[in-house]
Amino acid sequence: MSIRLYLLQRVSAAILAVLVLMHLAVIAYAVQGGLSAEEILSRTRGSLGWGLFYGLFVLTVAVHGSIGLRGILTEWTRLGRGAASGAAWASAAILLALGLRAVWAVTA
Amino acid sequence: MINELEVRIKRGGAGGGYEDFRVPQRENQTVLDVVTWIQREADPTLTYRFACRVGVCGSCAMTVNGRPRWTCRTHVSKVAGDGRLVIEPLANLPVIKDLASDMTGFFEKWQAARGRFEAAISRDDPLVPVSPTSPERREADAAIECINCGVCYSACDVVAWNPDYLGPAALNRAWAAWNDVRDGDRDGLLRTVGGDAGCGNCHSHQSCAEHCPVEINPTRSIAGLKRASLVALLKGGA
Ligand code: SF4
Ligand code: SF4
Ligand code: FES
Repeated sequence: MSIRLYLLQRVSAAILAVLVLMHLAVIAYAVQGGLSAEEILSRTRGSLGWGLFYGLFVLTVAVHGSIGLRGILTEWTRLGRGAASGAAWASAAILLALGLRAVWAVTA
Repeated sequence: MINELEVRIKRGGAGGGYEDFRVPQRENQTVLDVVTWIQREADPTLTYRFACRVGVCGSCAMTVNGRPRWTCRTHVSKVAGDGRLVIEPLANLPVIKDLASDMTGFFEKWQAARGRFEAAISRDDPLVPVSPTSPERREADAAIECINCGVCYSACDVVAWNPDYLGPAALNRAWAAWNDVRDGDRDGLLRTVGGDAGCGNCHSHQSCAEHCPVEINPTRSIAGLKRASLVALLKGGA
């Protein structure tokens, strides 16, 4: 991969490392008192903070995951670089669409 | 001491098979001695490549019992304690015939990695002094003694997986070239090795360094290129 993708993949990994830990910590904290889905939604709906947090989460997942997929495809299959890039872009688009739709559903 | 070696040699081209030979064992015998004996005494049609026989030219590399090695400096006693040898051409390169690999792609990648000097001044200008103790000169020194044998290239999994990857030898050479402060296009070199076939592909698993017969560490050189190209990218230069 080019050094540009190399940098993007490392930066997205560094951001994800923090976000994933926060995500897990919030889950552990939220379910302790037996919160219901309604109670969780009542806290996330209309929250710009959670919207930005999970929006960034989805974005870094899409970047990191699709660059990784491109690497795996170029190294483990006979796909050329063009086809691998196409598959990576498609996976990024799908991850973004699904992820942002979910973020919208719980925060809008 | 076993008196005869059991030697299995890869014959033919890509689809070829193996042929077995029995070769008298001698003291201080190298793998190249074994191959030479077979060609002289058993089968003159055996094709292989060598020149200096003393570890200088880098032309005798082959796969010996599964690992790439310089055969003229590899003692049979070190790699075949049980008297059995399997000798094949270098991996990750097309085979010409028998034990001779086609090195064309290997050397083309040296050019593609810009492993050559770009002059910034002409012969009429005064010489640019380079101190032997400067950090750049020391980095270049650590990388420069490569004998172009292709052993690291043959040992690299990423080369096997991704045929476009420039590979450890070419990138190691590019690192030596980049550390030549007299070079007129060091940024251009970083743009080249920072491309899709370049240093970003290296997994740093050090198979190249493990196998290099002259103890060069291409992994370290490639890490240097990654660092330098990242800095250049962040500064907007690449
Ligand atoms: S460290 Fe890099 S160049 Fe060396 S063998 Fe591993 S992937 Fe290849
Ligand atoms: S770096 Fe070492 S193994 Fe690779 S081509 Fe040069 S001498 Fe051979
Ligand atoms: S024959 Fe020259 S290095 Fe082995």
